[in-house]
Amino acid sequence: MQKRLLLGDEVIAQAAIDAGLSGIYGYPGTPSTEIMEYVQASEEAAEKHIHCRWSANEKTAMEAALGMSYCGKRTMVCMKHVGMNVAADAFINSAITGVNGGLIVVVADDPSMHSSQNEQDSRFYGQFALITVLEPSSQQEAYDMVFYGFELSEKTGLPVMMRITTRMAHSRTGVALREKRAQNELHLPADPRQFVLLPALARIRYKKLISQQAELTQEAESAGFNLFNEGQDNSLGIIACGIAYNYLMENFSGKCPYPVVKLSQYPVPAAMIARLTEKCRKILVLEEGYPVVESQLKGLIPPEGFTVSGRLDGTVPRDGELTPDLVAVALGLQQTAIRTAPELVTNRPPAFCKGCGHTDVFLALNDAVKEYAPVCVFSDIGCYTLAALPPHLSINSCVDMGASITMAKGAYDAGLLHATAVIGDSTFAHSGMTGLLDVIIENTPITIIISDNLTTGMTGGQASSAYGAIENICLGLGLPAERLKVLTPLKKYHDENVAVLREAMQYEGTCVIVFRRECVQTAARRVRTK
Amino acid sequence: MKTDIILAGVGGQGILSIATVIGLAAVNNNLYIKQAEVHGMSQRGGAVYSHLRLSDSPVASDLIPLGKGDVILSVEPMEALRYLPYLNPTGWVVTNTHPFINIGNYPDSAALTEQLQALDRRVLVDADALATECGNVKASNIVMLGAAIPFLDIPYEQLEAAVRGIFGRKGEEIVDLNIHALKTGFEIAQQQTKA
Repeated sequence: MQKRLLLGDEVIAQAAIDAGLSGIYGYPGTPSTEIMEYVQASEEAAEKHIHCRWSANEKTAMEAALGMSYCGKRTMVCMKHVGMNVAADAFINSAITGVNGGLIVVVADDPSMHSSQNEQDSRFYGQFALITVLEPSSQQEAYDMVFYGFELSEKTGLPVMMRITTRMAHSRTGVALREKRAQNELHLPADPRQFVLLPALARIRYKKLISQQAELTQEAESAGFNLFNEGQDNSLGIIACGIAYNYLMENFSGKCPYPVVKLSQYPVPAAMIARLTEKCRKILVLEEGYPVVESQLKGLIPPEGFTVSGRLDGTVPRDGELTPDLVAVALGLQQTAIRTAPELVTNRPPAFCKGCGHTDVFLALNDAVKEYAPVCVFSDIGCYTLAALPPHLSINSCVDMGASITMAKGAYDAGLLHATAVIGDSTFAHSGMTGLLDVIIENTPITIIISDNLTTGMTGGQASSAYGAIENICLGLGLPAERLKVLTPLKKYHDENVAVLREAMQYEGTCVIVFRRECVQTAARRVRTK
Repeated sequence: MKTDIILAGVGGQGILSIATVIGLAAVNNNLYIKQAEVHGMSQRGGAVYSHLRLSDSPVASDLIPLGKGDVILSVEPMEALRYLPYLNPTGWVVTNTHPFINIGNYPDSAALTEQLQALDRRVLVDADALATECGNVKASNIVMLGAAIPFLDIPYEQLEAAVRGIFGRKGEEIVDLNIHALKTGFEIAQQQTKA
């Protein structure tokens, strides 16, 4: 059978379509974005009327998916790791309510922070919620796991998390597809009170969730994704999680001399691990992300009879993504001599595209703040965060989606004058609107710049939920019309834009200035496809 | 047979298109393939790379270990040098010599040329000039793909078919341009590797 050449993200999307998906929800974020984009581009998904629009943020996505699951349909939510922080309220509670139709939450972690502000490990969230976490080691396994994940979710009545990392999300390989399964018929939960988390009912649901833990562990022992590979040399036992298994096998050309537990499904299969510790007194844990399994094995009191090494004792670096080379070092293998790059090779950091509207925003802002120094500019998550780098050096913060507006407010509350916020249109819709409400209620004298490029730029131009609605949102939240200005970030309007910014900064109340110009990338694509 | 290729360039230069063409040709040739890409922030004019692994047996790691790469295929000269730690002792560097200068401290061009000339196994091609001669400078990535064909273990005809497959929906003119670019790069590489 001919295999399809697909990115890891695309494999997960195709698997979901093949396994009877009725709707997918999410908010764009590297490295998860291509899951939703694949469904949106799929003719098959369109014929099957699979719902596939971006949500305003990860929390609204998670909740919509839960609603679809409530109706008995199979659904998927996709997000990057930090998106899980936003979705967490709904996510944790979805384990208490349980599900009706199968629900898989795909979270793409970004160890080494290729495109992120931290490298948090989503397996902790899965553990925290007391649900199954699937961590595929290959794209084919990811495909098969989506089928299994939906079945397990419906069998146990619980959501399932699939955790992938950058190299799984953004690596392409050939994958064999299965026979397609029809979508579920709409059917409501058998227990009409299942989703009502009033304390008295929630206590019952929580006890049920706890009682299911043994069943989930048993699934991890027997489902076939976790494997015990015998080895002839018991001087070392290895636990290799997710794609760490590939790096291990790369170093031994597929024939590892040591016993190995290939770990791709959690809760950690305790019996399988016990089999390893019976044979081996030294255990090496290879895991992408935080030392989740290593910490569990070690606990607080040193384990008796065996030693555990990994990220905590420095055998593997404490931070950053794994590579075959780091695994080779951890295994004590002979290193091949490598060449070095000549010294003249310099860094080439990302930068604003030529002609980007954000550039004109920051040129104007830098000129406007000159006479009010020191002015702190609180910014947000998006392409415009690049203004932290030379030549602009315009911004003083980038923390989480929406934090620009609320941090500027807090800074004013602390006594800082002329605090300014810069946020993009999509980020404003995601988590800026609620913060703006706080600001408007107190009429906090800060200037909020919404740099509207009419898209979600950094992740490649996805639809922005604020499209065409920013002024109405601001006015609807209570901003007086005369405090709202809409400007065009172009060189020819520079002086005028600087003057408007200066005036806003002098004003003793909240001002919102929308700078609007289409992203040059999406504009170019629009022209090409015409 | 196993070929590990580091693709290198600057965000927007089209290394993912190269990877897509090789990927299609590899699948049509029943080869195993793994290709790790970089998406997101660095695509904004930053240094980008892709690890492309082709083999007649299953491939374990998505990433190529240091010192194990067979070819560095780069569409930008300084970027070719950045990934030398990945190249094995007998590996080839196949690179465009036309620089992409979007940083203030880009190295001196004579010093850069000296470093490239010092490599013992190299194919150096002014892909921008050749692509312009073919009809459009944007096809420089396909010129470079052509220049890498002698090292790929995939016959030229298969890659030409893949170019046709990938660019087909953009019309016959674009297909012809890219096939012309592919052939031009291939011929230059054959001349340089014969010497």
